[in-house]
Amino acid sequence: MTRAGAIIVGMAVLLAVVGPFITPFDPSTQQLALRLEGPTPTHWLGLDELGRDVLSRVLTGARISLVVGLVVVCVSATIGIMLGAIAGYFGGRVDEIVSRMIDILLAFPGLLLAIAFVAVLGPSLVNVVLALSIIGWVGYARLVRGQVLRVRELEYVLAARAAGATTGRILLRHLVPAVLPAVSVQATLGMGGAILSEASLSFLGLGVQPPTPSWGRCSATAARICSTRPT
Amino acid sequence: MLRYLARRVVLTIPVLVGVATLVFALIHMIPGDPAQSMLGESAVPADVDALRRKLGLDRPLAVQYGSFLAGLVKGDLGTSLRTGAPVTSQIAERVPATFELAVAAMVVAMVVSIPLGVIAAVWRGTAVDHAAMAFALAGISIPNFWLGPLLALIFGVELGWLPVSGRGGLDHLVLPAISLGGALAAILARMTRATLLEELRELYVRAARARGVSRVRAVLAHALRNSLIPIVTIAGLQFGAVLTGAVITETIFSWPGIGRLLIQSIGFRDYPMVQGCILLIAVTYVGVNLVTDVLYGVLDPRIRFE
Repeated sequence: MTRAGAIIVGMAVLLAVVGPFITPFDPSTQQLALRLEGPTPTHWLGLDELGRDVLSRVLTGARISLVVGLVVVCVSATIGIMLGAIAGYFGGRVDEIVSRMIDILLAFPGLLLAIAFVAVLGPSLVNVVLALSIIGWVGYARLVRGQVLRVRELEYVLAARAAGATTGRILLRHLVPAVLPAVSVQATLGMGGAILSEASLSFLGLGVQPPTPSWGRCSATAARICSTRPT
Repeated sequence: MLRYLARRVVLTIPVLVGVATLVFALIHMIPGDPAQSMLGESAVPADVDALRRKLGLDRPLAVQYGSFLAGLVKGDLGTSLRTGAPVTSQIAERVPATFELAVAAMVVAMVVSIPLGVIAAVWRGTAVDHAAMAFALAGISIPNFWLGPLLALIFGVELGWLPVSGRGGLDHLVLPAISLGGALAAILARMTRATLLEELRELYVRAARARGVSRVRAVLAHALRNSLIPIVTIAGLQFGAVLTGAVITETIFSWPGIGRLLIQSIGFRDYPMVQGCILLIAVTYVGVNLVTDVLYGVLDPRIRFE
């Protein structure tokens, strides 16, 4: 099962990296005379409602989806690690403020909050990344806070403090590395979630804007026309 | 029990205030002038000023916040910029449709997941188990924005068995409910399998079998009953996913619920309506989580004393 998963992820990454170089056609080039044509030897997955090659758009869209996933995970993990570590290490009022922020953000279903942010900021790829990062850091912060609360009591942290290490050094060199294994597990799950959320937002017309191809946008177009032109 | 209930309710109040504050802040996050943004770049300054006054954006922030909270307490969410009607009444018209869809999706999820999880646990390690879990994995992996159109294509367009848009009789509900409940069914099937496997290892199940209780009865009446507690909890906690999924499902199947209203309002830049829809969904989510928490305390008394 693990090997199958690795193969699927590896293929998706490979397609995202080499996809734009091996696309048989430009993903934005329109062949209006051939619009909505089914799969043919030339166009393996057919053409969309504007006569653009679907395979080329899917391959190009893979890169966008993976980049969104990667950036969202990096941004939200960085914010989450910082705030979670500070809350867990200092405790008291700082912890109280961070924890209440987490509680409030967790009170919203994640995608709903992303929809809300994109609705006010305007639909675009950058705003999607921003919105998903704003909701994404919460999970990391909660995880890191819990881990830091445990690790900060360990003797090596006490030893570092006794040796004169500054708070910043203790956080960065001793506490954060200790929580990274747990964060990396969360990050792998988070990346899948971010890709799916981006696709959902693009499906609703709130994500990547035309003519840039994305998996969600391609699905939305196909869903709109599938009842009239199923093939 | 009353103390436990009171504590849970009190803990919810700051979260609700935070939710209201965040929803209030949304309109102020609009880049530039919110009134200008709502009316578009070509709007004349007089109209922009009038809208600013209508929304109260010309008043100090603290005053705006105070009147927003006071309005919430009275059930006043402002008026829709598109229709001019009160937001509350328009949302109230859509609530039954979303409620109907959410309940139907939960029913689909429960009806599919529990038998699937039981079958997988009882025949653990066999082809039946692998097939059931492969089915569950597919359910988790397939996003509802793909499953919905696929179901519409097969059962609506190709076979012509079911309608693919709008709200009406039970037949209108089938495809949206399956599309929305599919992922939840997959999660609950895995959960049922895992918890039931744990329960089946317990001594009380072996004792029941030793007393002559049939295998079916030992599984269904003894082990499954105990494993239902975490399943019900997860089902409750997943309600948020159902509400968010409803936004997508309602858009796919033109279901006249809150989710569709939200997306339409975003398209029309009707921000008071957007605020109202988001607030309602978030408050419902908090409410369902509270009920789940309390139910957990009722089902498992140990939780109340922690």
